[in-house]
Amino acid sequence: MKRQVPLVLVLLFGLFMIFQYFVPHESSEWVYEFLLDWIYIIGIFALALGIWSLYVVSVDKVKTRKHDWGYSYVTLAGLFGMILFGFTARHGDEWGWYLIFVACVLLTVIMSVQAMAARINKGLPLGLAGLFLLGAVLIAVFDDTWSFYFYTQEGLQSTMFRAFFDYIMMPILATIFSLLAFFIASAAYRAFRARNLLASLLLIAALIVMMRFFPYFGENVGEFIARVSSWLMNVPNLAAQRAIIIGVGLGIVATALKVILGIERGYMGKG
Amino acid sequence: MSRTAVIVFAGVVALFVVSWMVKAMVLADVSETNIVDAFMVTVAAFLTLAIYSFLYKDNPYYKFAEHLFVGVSAAFWMVQGFWTTIVGNLLPRLSEGLATWFQQPYQGGGYDLGVFVFPYSIMYWIPVILGSLLLMRLSPQGGWLSRWPLALIVGTTAGLNFVRYLRSDFIVQVAATFVPLFGRDPHPWQGFGHFFSNLDLSASGQFVALLSNWVIFIGVFCGLIYFFFSKEHTGAFGKASRVGIWILMITFGASFGYTVMGRISLLVGRLTFLFRDWLGLIS
Repeated sequence: MKRQVPLVLVLLFGLFMIFQYFVPHESSEWVYEFLLDWIYIIGIFALALGIWSLYVVSVDKVKTRKHDWGYSYVTLAGLFGMILFGFTARHGDEWGWYLIFVACVLLTVIMSVQAMAARINKGLPLGLAGLFLLGAVLIAVFDDTWSFYFYTQEGLQSTMFRAFFDYIMMPILATIFSLLAFFIASAAYRAFRARNLLASLLLIAALIVMMRFFPYFGENVGEFIARVSSWLMNVPNLAAQRAIIIGVGLGIVATALKVILGIERGYMGKG
Repeated sequence: MSRTAVIVFAGVVALFVVSWMVKAMVLADVSETNIVDAFMVTVAAFLTLAIYSFLYKDNPYYKFAEHLFVGVSAAFWMVQGFWTTIVGNLLPRLSEGLATWFQQPYQGGGYDLGVFVFPYSIMYWIPVILGSLLLMRLSPQGGWLSRWPLALIVGTTAGLNFVRYLRSDFIVQVAATFVPLFGRDPHPWQGFGHFFSNLDLSASGQFVALLSNWVIFIGVFCGLIYFFFSKEHTGAFGKASRVGIWILMITFGASFGYTVMGRISLLVGRLTFLFRDWLGLIS
């Protein structure tokens, strides 16, 4: 029951998805569409599981005083802050006690974690958590400049939810990716030494593609480099990428077959 | 915490406050919410600098930004998933009552089987039950039940990938590799005499078109030989493998150059933010 049912399910759904491709009938397309919807819906539950895991790992890190445990509070504050912003919104331009309410909730979370982590003297953090919770509840009841939105999507459009996305999430994401420019430059210094034919090919191809965007070439030279660069990207690059894609595609197909036939069972874990 | 770290931290806080105040004053003429706007721009600028501080070495400011990003992005995707997938697509299909409760238009209906109409809502209760089973992973006794929804996802995805990748990554790619090596429209092959007497080296000419087709065909063929490890790379096979690695090195170089330019573009974007949006030094 514990291992056989999942194997049968994988076999049935795997075979169905293969055969539905060859049966372009309304019924099979109907089931196919539903199955894709099911995966999305179950995926959201998996996301909730992931959030719970993040919470548990962060709390555990604080409890056991692992390396850099203090930063877990930052993770938890970001997590709960963003969730709160996603389900609350202001009614107009007035801020009222909204930000103080958010601060009270975050402090409640932090104090609760602190109480869980403390081996002795749990009373102080617990008392503070209760105090902050009381403050948050009182603000939620009496402050009418903002509301909770559990039924409609006002939270998605709320100022703070969008501000956290625009001014915290995106800047960090873009900066982390742009950080790679420096590491790539460092790697290029080591890799781009024309020691042999292969390294020279690598160097020349990379230089031509990069020089395409160099604005100080004359019109004729610039256009020539742009054409050579396009040819490199569209012809030799395409050829090698295709060889790689064919290999990867065959690998994916073989793995999919192993999974469907129950040879590969890593997804079931132990037990 | 060392004394130096405390001094640096105090300096950073002071700089943040000064930056916030100056930015708020600058924005006072253009925005009614200048204080909040200035705060958010300053936060974004300091987080950008915190990430860049990693170039010096791993430090508390980088770790702060990194941990904040983990929490915020996890919550962002969960909130987005809840509102768009659960509330936007799932609940309005489950029942009319739930759709009304969440102020969404009811998306009911059914599939006419002739004898009776099969309601769609039943089909959407199944993933809800399976999703709930997935949460059983948290229970030590019922953890094995979470394998059922996992099996559905794994089986469906495996079946989908089997057909999709066999078609797009194998059949289509192989078919696209068999290009005409001796010309086609707009350059039909009319013999070697015609080819050499009308040799055109321009990008749109017959020579470049044929060369491209040859490079693609030989490149894919030799590239595949390079990745074939069941036979020793010696003799003609080894020479083909050697050509394969040349093509691969050109590809890696081109991809590398392309990636570098993409990252530089992001870097320029961040520097533009710092110098224009935050410091206002460039227009």
